[in-house]
Amino acid sequence: MSSIPTTSVGIVRPKTLHFDEPLELVSGKKIEQYDIVYETYGELNVAADNAILVCHALSADHHAAGYHNENDSKPGWWDICIGPGKPIDTDRFFVVSPSNLGHCSGSTGPRSIDPKTDKAYGPDFPIVTVSDWVNYQKRLADKLGISQWAAVAGGSLGGMQAMQWAVQFPDMLRNAIVIASAPKLSAQNIAFNAVARQAIMNDPNFHGGHYYEHDTVPASGLKVARMLGHITYLSDDAMGDKFGRELKNEQLNYDYGVEFQVESYLRYQGESFAGRFDANTYLLMTKALDYFDPAEKEGGNLAAVFEKVQVKFFLASFTTDWRFSPERSREIVSALTDAKRDVSYLEFESNHGHDAFLVQNDDYIDAFGAYMENIEVST
Amino acid sequence: MNGLRPELQKICEWIEPGSRVLDLGCGDGALLSWLQNNCDTTGYGVEIDQANVLSCLKKGVNIIQADLDAGLTDFEDASFDYVIMTQALQALQRPDKTLYEMMRVGKKSIVTFPNFGLWKHRLHLSIKGQMPVSKALPAQWYDTQNIHLCTVKDFESFCENNGMAISKKDFVDYDHRPAALMKLWPNLFGEVALYQINGK
Repeated sequence: MSSIPTTSVGIVRPKTLHFDEPLELVSGKKIEQYDIVYETYGELNVAADNAILVCHALSADHHAAGYHNENDSKPGWWDICIGPGKPIDTDRFFVVSPSNLGHCSGSTGPRSIDPKTDKAYGPDFPIVTVSDWVNYQKRLADKLGISQWAAVAGGSLGGMQAMQWAVQFPDMLRNAIVIASAPKLSAQNIAFNAVARQAIMNDPNFHGGHYYEHDTVPASGLKVARMLGHITYLSDDAMGDKFGRELKNEQLNYDYGVEFQVESYLRYQGESFAGRFDANTYLLMTKALDYFDPAEKEGGNLAAVFEKVQVKFFLASFTTDWRFSPERSREIVSALTDAKRDVSYLEFESNHGHDAFLVQNDDYIDAFGAYMENIEVST
Repeated sequence: MNGLRPELQKICEWIEPGSRVLDLGCGDGALLSWLQNNCDTTGYGVEIDQANVLSCLKKGVNIIQADLDAGLTDFEDASFDYVIMTQALQALQRPDKTLYEMMRVGKKSIVTFPNFGLWKHRLHLSIKGQMPVSKALPAQWYDTQNIHLCTVKDFESFCENNGMAISKKDFVDYDHRPAALMKLWPNLFGEVALYQINGK
């Protein structure tokens, strides 16, 4: 008997599409050919007007909902929001969830083989931006016969992609769902990313990014980067509730081993991440975050950017999120109201910090669901 | 306008079609929903209560969840044709500051509040010697959200003293009864007071 819950989209399989048409990047470089790995849930209707693009954040991938097999202990990263009867209701919507260019779980990235050299791209994989991802996702939309998304949705870096879609292809989406996100990184956000990159690049096993050739990985650097990132995803309260000053063993040892539970937890998180994620991808994703600034071309005036955009926005933030705090979401809301655009914004009580957008919370699910229900699709 | 509270029906009569409207403390979004469906208005509701916010979303009303006491700093000067605040004035920490903010953000402002000068309230206090409890003010003194109650006279003198020009006013009760007494002596017989104010 399957233990898969009935509220899940069930067993899902990633698909791959190969693209030969070169993709020009913001940096001036280009990717000659690439694979897009993606999952879909639900059915595209005849009018092709019920498609929702789900964009992932820093460490997630195309596996947004359901399970890959019956023994999977965890569903996809946004399973709380995607499925039958859930906010992104797969009985109504056709969901497309790709992993991004530069990623390490299928779509072409630094770990993929460069056809020119027959070796992994490694550090030579061009740096991609949120805007490049939107162009890349548009290629997928074109191939799938989707000329307009009912919505583009995501949390954190995923929310930035939804925002960028609205700015870049305003006629190709009707709604942008931007959760726990920010209009651009603050100096503090960039600083955290800089430290994470330093940890990776200073690992002796990094070899300037060519570590594949040395048959090694900069695991300790990546681990530290993830530990640091993880601290910024949790709130002080959540950490306090979960660990407090609890000790791993019963007494203090007065040495430098792991003594507090929180240390042990962070190490575990770091190790498991370093075991599955690629360091070059991590570097690249943090750069995409750093560079994101849709208002740049309007001299920092985000409202002026939104004035050209007829897309409805749904934004949400969480009270204890200090990575992208409610104030950051309100900057976006303010730009949208100044531009006289349709926007709804909610602020949810949660002690889960930045990770709250991935955590079950009735208020969040109900409100998100209520908004999505009003999105009209053909039957 | 069926289904709207009497004071909201009055407000609908005051709003020019196609206006840009900001509804502060918009509750379940009934007014905005009616206005956008019947008067082609655009704009937003501001509300803090989670259940109300959810109702607004269900009605397809643009809703911004925020605390009015924190100010309207997210909105630009004169960016709305009307800023409406119904039955929320008396629940604010600093109603005066919110009124100044409304004047800043809106070209016109519409405010409604329960008139504390109503004869029933006066009688309640003078005869019974207890804080009034009525249809308009159903809570007890200890659990009421209404912390800054005022009378028609109080409000008008506030406007006078602060350069706010009253361009329209009206008074309604909760039962749609003939309004002759209310017109004559609003401070004594008006249950709910409605004002449209402009900055001088």
